[in-house]
Parts: sequence; structure tokens; C-alpha cells
Amino acid sequence: MALQSLDIKARSATTTPAPQARKTAELAKLIDTSKCIGCKACQVACMEWNDLRDSVGNCVGVYDNPADLSAQSWTVMRYAEVEPAPGKLEWLIRKDGCMHCSDPGCLKSCPAPGAIVKYGNGIVDFQQEYCTGCGYCIIGCPFNIPRLSETDGKVYKCSLCSDRIAVGAEPACAKVCPTGAIVFGTKQDMRKHAEGRIVDLQERGFSKAGLYDPPGVGGTHVMYVLHHADRPGLYSGLAKDPTVSPLVGFWKGVAKTVMNTALAAAVLAAFFHYVGQGPNTEQEEEEIA
Amino acid sequence: MQLTRRQLMKISAAGLTGSSMAALGLGPTKEALAGVRQYKLQRATEVRNTCTYCSVGCGLLIYSQGDGSLNAKPSIMHIEGDPDHPVNRGTLCPKGAGLLDFIHSEGRLRYPEYRKPGSKEWERISWDDAFTRIATLMKEDRDANFIAKNEHGETVNRWVSTGFLAASAASNETGYLTHKIVRSLGMLAFDNQARV
Repeated sequence: MALQSLDIKARSATTTPAPQARKTAELAKLIDTSKCIGCKACQVACMEWNDLRDSVGNCVGVYDNPADLSAQSWTVMRYAEVEPAPGKLEWLIRKDGCMHCSDPGCLKSCPAPGAIVKYGNGIVDFQQEYCTGCGYCIIGCPFNIPRLSETDGKVYKCSLCSDRIAVGAEPACAKVCPTGAIVFGTKQDMRKHAEGRIVDLQERGFSKAGLYDPPGVGGTHVMYVLHHADRPGLYSGLAKDPTVSPLVGFWKGVAKTVMNTALAAAVLAAFFHYVGQGPNTEQEEEEIA
Repeated sequence: MQLTRRQLMKISAAGLTGSSMAALGLGPTKEALAGVRQYKLQRATEVRNTCTYCSVGCGLLIYSQGDGSLNAKPSIMHIEGDPDHPVNRGTLCPKGAGLLDFIHSEGRLRYPEYRKPGSKEWERISWDDAFTRIATLMKEDRDANFIAKNEHGETVNRWVSTGFLAASAASNETGYLTHKIVRSLGMLAFDNQARV
């Protein structure tokens, strides 16, 4: 019996291959920053569905509330007042949260078996039961998303509502969005939807409008339509070309193999030494204190 | 138990070897399962309702714990938009999306309360008492101040000394009935709480 309700594609710190027979549709969430009014209904719906309640923070004179992602806030709106062109003030609002990368840096860095899984539909989910709280995923994430909980020492982030998707529903944030800025469906459909939005934006004078689906992480399952796709940094520092740090690949790949080989060689050498030279002769009587 | 230095070294080495092997993945590992969180609304009771806030009147699906059986006391556990409602088609605003905490709020008014003239205390009264009191006061005021005819002798049937504040979240049918009741009494001041 399958223990999981979604097909697993990859598991952290696990070398045995996951079942690969079934092919499920790749799903994606598309966030259209040009339609977002920053109402935060998605933030509320996320907390409500996932049974999270962040502590009440302080107002520091900006709309960002909560001020940052946390173990209790898996998505936050980020508000940026920018001047893309001199004298043209724009208020760019971006819903921040896990991007659900095809090549997830968190999963690659994670040393706890099964603590991070990637499902066939594209969701990257954390299994807190197996999380050791080491925080490697936080360093490995090119978008700075996972957050360590101070109460239980586990790391949390958006699950793309894997529990809803597993039963055929849509994520809570996508369902609630009153302006239709968040849409959800197959990745293919979302790309098509984005194309239409981009044409519309280009006709309205945003000549650099485009889709944010960064190839550096193999594409993402949360994509953005940006009016200034050439400058994603305008949107509260969205990474221009995010990639998983090469160090992650080095430590988890080459370095690990080298270490294993060296250890095996040491054990083997010790064995041959023992067979060839025999154990040390010892003089028990002298040593008894 | 007494250990020689050599024995201690051996035990330490064995321990180190064992833990190193476990770290290399050679030891018995617990099976790494992966499972999404169970869908929490599986057997919850689902009812339709209308959002209590503004005059848009978004449709809601309210989920409560338990299937409604005799011994299960239902408690609302989740609220989301009603996809079949023509007004919002499943979407909600941040206020509507957070209705769950509004419902469970300690500060929410759950029953009619009455503060006597001159008193500082609110006291709980029954719905029957509340309606009786409202109806009695309305009748007294209407009997005293109802204007059947104006100064030209034309029939106007006006009652301008009392106003009526209705819910914004009523359905069309409820709105129609409310309107009929209020206007048939001759009342002119009539509004709903969405504009308060």
C-alpha cells in the first residue's frame, strides 16, 4: 500500500529511487503582481487553513505585516515603493513564499532522510517529523524562504497546500484571492494564462512585462507575472537568476563520495594491517593501576 | 567495574566505529515515509452561509467538527468561500477569510444584552424579551408619532421618529421582506450596517 497520497519524485538524504511509474500532471500557482492589490486575503487564508497564528507584531509604518516570513507565516506580502524610471513612482506588491523549485536547493542540502520531499506534481514539502532542525535548507534555499521555529526547532514553509491538492482542491491562497491575481492549475495552463497577461501588460506600456520561471532552479511551481521582468529585484529583492549554490552540490556529491571512499579505505587498511601484523602484544599485568 | 586504559580505548573505538557506520547510512534506518497532512474536512459538516461583514454578501462554506450526530457538539473549524455562490465564486477578502477567529473571539456578542437607563452594567436577556421590548417600544412610538395626513390633508402614512437598521448580508428575498415590513410601517429612515 502506498503510504503517501501524492507520488514522490525525490526525498532528502535518500539514495534509493522513489517509485517512478505514475506520471501525474505538473501543477503550478501563478501570481500576477499586476493584479494584486495587496489585501492579504491570501495570508489570512493560509494561516486559517494551516492552523497557524503568528504573534501580533509592531507597526513600523509600512504595510508589510507580518514583517517577514516565519514558522507561523508561510506567505507574506512584500510592498516596495520604487521608481523604475525617474519620476515614475510605482508601488510593487509581491506575495512572497516558497517557489516550489524543480531543482530544490533545500532538498539537496537536507541531511535528514525524508524530511524534505518533492512530489510528482512539483510540490516541495517539508515533513517536520523527520526534520532535525539543522537549518541547512535555509542556507540551501536560493529564495530565503524556510524558517526555523523557535518553539519546536523544526523548519516550516509553504506546502502549496499539499493536503488540499492531494484531494483535488486548490491551494487556500489561490482560492481566496478576490482579484484573481493568484491562479492555480497545470503548469502548462499557467504558462498560457501568463502569456495572455503579458500581452495585455505590454499593450498597456509595460514593454518588459514577462513571466518569472527561473531556469537556474529548473523552473518553479510558483511563478510570477511581473511588469518589470527584466528587473525582478524591484519586487522587494526577488532574485534575478537564482541558482542552488555549487557548494551544496560539492558537499553532497564529490566531497561525500571522497569521504566515504577514504573511510572505506581506512577500514580496509586496518583490516589488512590486522591480518598481516596481528594485534599489538600487550602486557596486562603492568597496566593494572 | 574496573577498566584498564586499553579496555577503555577499545570501547571508545568500538563506539566511534559504530556511530560512524550509522552516519554513513550502514545502520538500521527508520523508514523515511512521506505523507501529506490528512485533509481535515473529510467528515466535517458543511453548511452554506453568507459573510456577516459588508454589503457584498459573499457566500461561505462553514465546516464544523462532527457529522451532526446526537452526542457530537459541533464546533466551527474552518470557513472558506462558496465556489457556487454567484457573488464571490469561492473568493473572499482578508476579513472574510479570517471569519473563523471572529466566530471564536471572546469579544463577540453572542446574545442580546440590555443596559437599563442609568446603569453601567449590561445584563443578558432572552431573544423573546429583546423582541418583545423592541416591538413594544416601536408600537408606543408609532402610536404617538405616526403621521397619517400632512397639512394639506393628503394621506402620507409617515413614521419618522424611529429608524431601522438591517443586516447587510441578507439575501435578496430577506431584503425584499425587510423592505416590505419597514415601509408598510411607514418608516422612512432605513439603512443597513454596511454603511455604518
